[in-house]
Amino acid sequence: MTSTNRTQQRTISALVQDKPGVLARISGLFRRRGFNIASLAVGRSETSGLSRMTFVVEGPEEVVKHVAAQLDRLIDVVEVRDITESNIVWRELALIKVKAPAKTRGEVLELTNVYRANVIDIGVQSLTLEISGGRQKIDSLIELLRKFGLLEVIRTGRVATLRGTLIEGENDGLFQSDASSPTYILPVTSGESGSV
Amino acid sequence: MSKHLSGSQIVCEALIKEGVDVVFGIPGGAILPLYGVLSQYPDLRHILSRHEQGAAHSADGYARSTGRVGVAFATSGPGATNLVTGLATAMMDSVPMVAITGQVGRAAIGTDAFQEADITGASMPLTKHNYLVMRADDLGATLHEAFHIARTGRPGPVLIDIPKDVFTEMGNYDPDASLNLPGYKIPGKAKEHEVNAAAKLINESERPVILAGHGVILSQAFDELKQFAEKAQIPVVTTLLGISSFPEDHVLSTGFPGMHGMAYASLAVDQADLIINFGSRFDDRIVGDAKRFSRKSKKIHVDIDPAEINKTIQVDAQVVGNIKDVFGQLLPKVKQNTHVEWLQHIEHLKAEHPSLRIPESDRLMGQHVVKALSDVTKGEAIITTGVGQHQMWAAQHYQFKNANSWLSSGGAGTMGYEVPSAIGAQVGNPDKLIWSICGDGGFQMTMMELATAVENNLPVKYAILNNNHLGMITQWQDFFYGGDFQAETYTANPDFVKLAEAYGMKGIRVTKQDELETAIAEANAYDGPVIVDFVIEKVDDLYPMIPAGQSIEELIEEPNQ
Repeated sequence: MTSTNRTQQRTISALVQDKPGVLARISGLFRRRGFNIASLAVGRSETSGLSRMTFVVEGPEEVVKHVAAQLDRLIDVVEVRDITESNIVWRELALIKVKAPAKTRGEVLELTNVYRANVIDIGVQSLTLEISGGRQKIDSLIELLRKFGLLEVIRTGRVATLRGTLIEGENDGLFQSDASSPTYILPVTSGESGSV
Repeated sequence: MSKHLSGSQIVCEALIKEGVDVVFGIPGGAILPLYGVLSQYPDLRHILSRHEQGAAHSADGYARSTGRVGVAFATSGPGATNLVTGLATAMMDSVPMVAITGQVGRAAIGTDAFQEADITGASMPLTKHNYLVMRADDLGATLHEAFHIARTGRPGPVLIDIPKDVFTEMGNYDPDASLNLPGYKIPGKAKEHEVNAAAKLINESERPVILAGHGVILSQAFDELKQFAEKAQIPVVTTLLGISSFPEDHVLSTGFPGMHGMAYASLAVDQADLIINFGSRFDDRIVGDAKRFSRKSKKIHVDIDPAEINKTIQVDAQVVGNIKDVFGQLLPKVKQNTHVEWLQHIEHLKAEHPSLRIPESDRLMGQHVVKALSDVTKGEAIITTGVGQHQMWAAQHYQFKNANSWLSSGGAGTMGYEVPSAIGAQVGNPDKLIWSICGDGGFQMTMMELATAVENNLPVKYAILNNNHLGMITQWQDFFYGGDFQAETYTANPDFVKLAEAYGMKGIRVTKQDELETAIAEANAYDGPVIVDFVIEKVDDLYPMIPAGQSIEELIEEPNQ
């Protein structure tokens, strides 16, 4: 076990029962230690009654891993993975409303194309762009658009999954894989998993 | 087969199906519909507590002393919030409990209605799990899930909050419905390779020590621990909560270590080459400075809760599983051994660091009281305590012979646990002798429960170690706060003998050493609850002591060393 006290961003993926209070139980375990949740994405999973949460937390590795083990202990949490060191693909989505009067609109559209973002709404004085990808790509577009005048930035937080083809023995980040009670074994799809 | 019943009836039928025969509680507006059907269920004995904290601690004492799930009822708002200390106490010590609280009607939830409190929100971090049940149809399944969660795996308290109009709503109850808990993980049989790795370390070690924690008691692995220790001839150190997991008159019994444990136990842990931890969470009161804890040893951690492994102490081998089952897997793989030199060394440590020396004094000391209680009851009573000096003297000087006969709030350190927990223990063990060893401070936090003991003819014996002080506070202010004593003296304690008489109990006062045995025997012989007011030396320090966050190197064995 590598040990570091340095605060770092770690990505945790949890499969949880779709019930009231689950988010409070999970966030409570981080709040208790004074950790900030940098991003959080929640949505229904492929299994009815279960949701998947991806969250990015900031804290020392050992402590975050211990919190993840405590998360796994929650009754409503079916499965927890710390996938920071795993072979994963991840995406984040952002909606960016940027000032774009006729004078600068061309330049904004050019950036939109280069970053493979989409225009999803056009106003007289503004454009709303949709971009997905890794955090750095989104950060970089936002920085470039700043000089035009950012009106609103809405980001989803990271969603992440293990790559479809894991090499045997590779770290899948799973906690307590030895539990004997029913655990959902998720089908690993063999589809495309493009790089960031 | 499904039955159509009111929510209240579903609760009662589910409780009976779970084998519940006693409930501790207090009614109030929101839970009245449940009380309204109790007369239909004479098999459910309701014991009326005088404060909800008392109901929770009584359920806790019942649970710890019987191994069954303790049940408490409380109403909404303040009734529910009064339970919270009891839930936290049970949570910290992994005690199986189910608390049922009334809630305001569904339409009023969230409106700051009269006696509304968000108890599921408040109790979330202090329970193993909790529920707000919004439909009578869900009550049966929820109750059965709650009991399953409370008593299996690492046990703990579960709270079920039920709105008033859900108690009165008609719903379907299927007693045989299967549980739906896809996220609840109970470790099964321990992994063979983990057991083998542990056995290898045990067979190779020359100076092993068993650290027996509460997990041994919770899994009722008393015989297995004894067989294991005897086969490999390994000294047994218990944790504070592991006390009474191993008979203390056994030659391998080596006390309890840590902040106020026996010096020889702390030294044995420090000098060992292997610590085999069965069901203890390496609490900070044992470990102190984690970097300097038992530096020469390898560590094996056996625990049912994988989140406890490597939490405070990095271990060399882990075995995740039920302690009793792990003993079964481990025993055949562990070689018979003698450890002659090591056991001789342990005997030497016991002789050189006896730790239980009572200060020479003509006055009555707390230690004298506990020693006399131990002698007169032959170490066979069930003991409950509060928290503080009296608790540590009880742990040090009472020689426990019977399995699971020590009930104390180890993790939460809840003063006031002593009075109601003894009531729960007596209800669960009507034929056993229960002595509650109390401090005068903690006693006054929950002494309203004396009425509960009297009302139910529960012959609990309360021993108040009365020094008119918060003794541990006095000691800490002396040691660590420059003798600046603040709020440590109780100048207006009631006359506890008169208090006993006011409640209709027997009251006895003891002020001298030579009165001890007679008074204790008199209390034992009395068929009813008794308070013995032991007026002890005003200020006396507790030794040995390892100050918080320190290690064996800072051990203070006796005064003025």
